[in-house]
Amino acid sequence: MIIQALSFYLFAFVAVAAAVMVISARNPVHSVLFLILTFFNAAGLFVLIGAEFIAMILVVVYVGAVAVLFLFVVMMLDISFVEMRQGFLQYLPIGGLVGIVLLAELLVIVGGWVVAPVTEGLRTFPVPPIDQVTNTHAIGMVLYTDYIYLFQGAGMVLLVAMIGAIVLTLRARPGVQKQKISDQINRHPEDAIEIKKIQPGSGI
Amino acid sequence: MLEIGLPHYLSVAAILFSLGIFGIFLNRKNVIIILMSIELILLAVNINLVAFSVHLQDLTGQIFAMLVLTVAAAEAAIGLAIIVVYFRNRGTIAVEDINLMKG
Repeated sequence: MIIQALSFYLFAFVAVAAAVMVISARNPVHSVLFLILTFFNAAGLFVLIGAEFIAMILVVVYVGAVAVLFLFVVMMLDISFVEMRQGFLQYLPIGGLVGIVLLAELLVIVGGWVVAPVTEGLRTFPVPPIDQVTNTHAIGMVLYTDYIYLFQGAGMVLLVAMIGAIVLTLRARPGVQKQKISDQINRHPEDAIEIKKIQPGSGI
Repeated sequence: MLEIGLPHYLSVAAILFSLGIFGIFLNRKNVIIILMSIELILLAVNINLVAFSVHLQDLTGQIFAMLVLTVAAAEAAIGLAIIVVYFRNRGTIAVEDINLMKG
């Protein structure tokens, strides 16, 4: 029990500290790296609470895909990030005020939270006992049967996002030498070479 | 204090959520940091969903956390693609210069 508590406080503290660094780091590359740290620690929290599948998906999707995407974009754009930090202190008071008020409200809600006794009976998909069915297995049994339409809808969202990102960033640049395989295959000997009868002594 | 329960997870999620909102206010000029703050907010939402799912012993929360994750990934991809295209056209991504639509 004490190890669980210590792990929770470790993960939670590192996650929050890294989140603070995400929004306050001077260099956006450092921000992305701290974002990765935040997600790793959130995944640790998920493992601790017993949702290991979500934790692994979080690591794969966020650290493997989204964070690397951010890293690439930050490194590809040639921007002076120092200029962008001007006005940082100007927005600090109002932003801090909003953040603190929001946090206080949320904590008040959390502190006064009581789960109604009837919620036990309202469960749609009760978690099966962990010694018989693992977390991943249980999620699969629900996701591929009752939530199959949402699952396929999520797949469509990802497909549209992928096509959209490609269409947005693809550009045809003129003057670039590229291999055109269809042109190469469609060549005929008649187009490529020309046979000339040359009279002896006359030249071309 | 040593008994870790639902309020602990909800508090962490609340802190992360507030930090995300705070980050949007703090980095009003840098749209990339704003996108990262949105990712933080979505992470806080996911922590809430999973914490309630485990506390109530109902799998629905974890399913929805996965769907939120999907949408967050798609949003990041499209958002960054828009930023790249905008930078290619205008040479800047400062938020106050993004006023072509006069919105």
